[in-house]
Amino acid sequence: MEVRSALEARDQLLKGIRSWFSDAAFVEVETPLVLSTPCMEEHIDAMSCGDRFLRTSPELYHKRILAGGMKKIYEVGRCFRADEVGRLHHPEYTMLEWYRLDATYEDVMRDAQSLITKLAQHFSTPPPTFHTFRVKDLFMELTGWNPLASFDADRFDEVLCEQVEPYFTALGGASFLMDYPKEAAALARCVGTKEIHAERWELYVNGVELANAYSELTDPEEQRNRFEQWAGKRASRNQVIYPIDEAFLEALSHISAAGGAALGVDRLLLWLLDKDTLDDVLPFREVWK
Amino acid sequence: MYSASDLKKGLKIEIDGDPCVITQFEFSKPGKGQALYRCKIKNLISGNTFDKTYRSVEKVDKCALISRDYTFSYLDGDTYVFSDNETYEEALLSSELLGDRRYFIVDDMSVEILFHNDRALDVTLPNFIELTIAETEPGARGDTATNVMKPAKIENVYELNVPIFINEGDLIRIDTRTGEYADRVAKG
Repeated sequence: MEVRSALEARDQLLKGIRSWFSDAAFVEVETPLVLSTPCMEEHIDAMSCGDRFLRTSPELYHKRILAGGMKKIYEVGRCFRADEVGRLHHPEYTMLEWYRLDATYEDVMRDAQSLITKLAQHFSTPPPTFHTFRVKDLFMELTGWNPLASFDADRFDEVLCEQVEPYFTALGGASFLMDYPKEAAALARCVGTKEIHAERWELYVNGVELANAYSELTDPEEQRNRFEQWAGKRASRNQVIYPIDEAFLEALSHISAAGGAALGVDRLLLWLLDKDTLDDVLPFREVWK
Repeated sequence: MYSASDLKKGLKIEIDGDPCVITQFEFSKPGKGQALYRCKIKNLISGNTFDKTYRSVEKVDKCALISRDYTFSYLDGDTYVFSDNETYEEALLSSELLGDRRYFIVDDMSVEILFHNDRALDVTLPNFIELTIAETEPGARGDTATNVMKPAKIENVYELNVPIFINEGDLIRIDTRTGEYADRVAKG
């Protein structure tokens, strides 16, 4: 795709996104790109920027904003992840994140559905049919294995890549995969007594992972435990350990409940334009070739 | 050793002692999960292809391949014997490994042989070779169209398609990489 048409399509998409959030009375916020410590997750590596880091997501700042009392916020901006280069990955990419105070992952699921339907109309593309699957049910159907009962991280990732994604590609449309094993909760809250699951969903469009969302974990102690657990796993693989963001943990204690989602804007454009690789929608990709 | 993140299409690696090449490569990373490096790999000895997925913690052996210049000496049954331009050491390549390229090997031809641990894996011939047409239907005089082809045989029984203006005895140039007719060098 030539530079001009890629930029014009992106302009249309950003206008459509801002229009949807403005109509839904969200406030657009800006948060820092350069951080003293990035959000520590098990498998996400931040890029250094001098003696600081580039953000991998605006998530922790958004929760601090919620703690300050704002109820509906969103941000569209660049995020950075080290060593992620491929057909569907680029170390510098555009992320849309939005959060609702006193809400759950189901509220932001409705947001995602409405937003994507509107953007499809904006691009004169037929809106996708939306499907919903629970992790337990879909894994049982595809593999006969329930990862909520006996988790195995390697197997879980492999099934996602080698069976779930092709299944969603064949199905077409948009698929929400929800209720993850607690071991794959990331920053989502866990619920249930017998078989605990995390209130997390991922949205796939034509088999391409587009968005990730949670009923946010708002318990600072549990959040600290998870950070420490990830630090331990990262240490065992010789990955950088990031200091814990204490300002974020302090803010978390002021939030009762929240729902939030992060959506890859470049991949959304890929789908809206019916393209196959980020090369087609990122006009200046040569830095990472 | 390579890290999994060094892998890419075209990279030569060693698996269980065998030289292999990555023919297809895809980086994938399921949401919040670990990076997976999904490869389609060809074993350069057996020719078999297979799928293999590496995780970021895995290491992959490098493949030490070297190329040396050789000259074709003689044919011994089904084996083509080449000699090293400097040491005169012999290298043997079977006609099976050479495939159709064996028809393009002529006396004293300079070639490049690719080795893995002293085992000859492959040979690179000069890109073009000149050979004489031994057998073909007579060409239509004055017809110089290059897009209408007919079958022909060269001296050593290799068959290929040539333009219809080519006649027996003509000297033609063949692209050894594709095995196809390139152009006519001289009329017979």
